[in-house]
Amino acid sequence: MSTTAQHLQKHRQRIIETWMKNQLTDAALRDDLMSNDELRSQSDELLTALLRAFNSGNFDDVYSSDYDQVIEILNDISITRARQGFSPRETGQYVISLKKAVNEVLEEELKDDPGALYQETRKTDSVLDSLSMITFETFIKGREEVIFRQTDEINEISTPVIRVWDGILALPIIGTLDSARTQIVMENLLQEIVNTGSSIAILDISGVPAVDSLVAQHLIKTVSATRLMGAECIISGIRAEIAQTIVHLGIDLSNIKTKATLASALQLAFSMTNVEVRKINRNAGFKLMK
Amino acid sequence: MIVMTKDTMQIVREQDVVPFRNRVREYAAKIGMSLVNQTKLITAASELVRNMLKYANGGKVLIEIISKNAQTGVRLTFIDEGPGIANVQQAMQDGFSTGKSLGLGLPGTKRLVNEFDIKSTLGEGTTVTVIHWKNGR
Ligand SMILES: Nc1ncnc2c1ncn2[C@@H]1O[C@H](COP(=O)(O)OP(=O)(O)OP(=O)(O)O)[C@@H](O)[C@H]1O
Ligand SMILES: [Mg+2]
Repeated sequence: MSTTAQHLQKHRQRIIETWMKNQLTDAALRDDLMSNDELRSQSDELLTALLRAFNSGNFDDVYSSDYDQVIEILNDISITRARQGFSPRETGQYVISLKKAVNEVLEEELKDDPGALYQETRKTDSVLDSLSMITFETFIKGREEVIFRQTDEINEISTPVIRVWDGILALPIIGTLDSARTQIVMENLLQEIVNTGSSIAILDISGVPAVDSLVAQHLIKTVSATRLMGAECIISGIRAEIAQTIVHLGIDLSNIKTKATLASALQLAFSMTNVEVRKINRNAGFKLMK
Repeated sequence: MIVMTKDTMQIVREQDVVPFRNRVREYAAKIGMSLVNQTKLITAASELVRNMLKYANGGKVLIEIISKNAQTGVRLTFIDEGPGIANVQQAMQDGFSTGKSLGLGLPGTKRLVNEFDIKSTLGEGTTVTVIHWKNGR
């Protein structure tokens, strides 16, 4: 058994207590996200695994199999914390406060032998620093997963196809129309055209902040695809400033039916499908009855 | 010419485009640029940053608020270390594209902004500078 491991094993309980105390006194800790009991059992599990790894005498390579279990537990903790909304600071504190607790015990144990103290703390510090780094890396990976999932969700919710009238579909597009979004918009639209047998689709771009040549190309592609399905496409919601930039850029939308507002696009769609929407003069009817 | 604020942004992937554009919009709004001019500027910025990503694998952009002859404006400098452009004059023509695209990015950008300058050296990279004044046409 390595001497470091022996020292630490002997004071296992004290390490846990100090570590818990360190964590709980850190003002940043979110007791709303995790109960003390949970924290204790998590910390206990990690310390057990860590002492077992120390026991192997390997203090150089945390990526070796000696540390498999430690890293597994740590990864689990970081990913969970990332999802639960812990801050990087709170997550980082977890390993850092363990390092403090370990150092305190070693200092106490080896206070008469500075040389040995230096040797031992150097070994444990290097391991705990590496573990700290791993915790961060995993934490960030966890956060990125959250971001990717949200991106997917945003893509899903922001491209609804609405049946505004029999045979008329409307697609409000909000945000930037990049290649991935265009793909989703196009798929949803073509699918709905088939499902509903619609003959007109209105693409409303009021919520698109800028139309550059890439966005324009995507719009043109979507219109072409709609036509191939035997339906017609109207682009609405072209704001004044967008109209000006399109003209300066030199993008030719003359083959595409465009309207300033969704209302006027709908009106055009009505006339194309021979639908008439009129105001009924109720007063006139009333008079007639009298 | 006086430079009042200076900011740089690294552009390395597609996801950097929207935050970059928003940053440009912030600066333009800060100096009180009209909505039409803001939209022209960010559309130009969008074109140039996409070129940088598509043809040069990214680069960096300098965003500055500048002042000259009692005019305030935004200057954007797009710097990449990509392959460079063999024939700049040709690249500036409407419809010229080596990327099977519309070929409107560079000439369109030139029409959108008040001042436009492009320098490119084969094998070294490309630098495009645009200025749009607060009260630009
Ligand atoms: N930063 C750059 N580095 C290298 N080559 C470039 C760069 N920017 C533009 N080019 C070259 O100049 C050509 C014209 O660019 P431009 O932006 O006008 O058109 P495009 O990107 O091909 O099409 P569009 O912008 O309309 O989608 C490009 O096809 C490319 O060959
Ligand atoms: Mg381009």
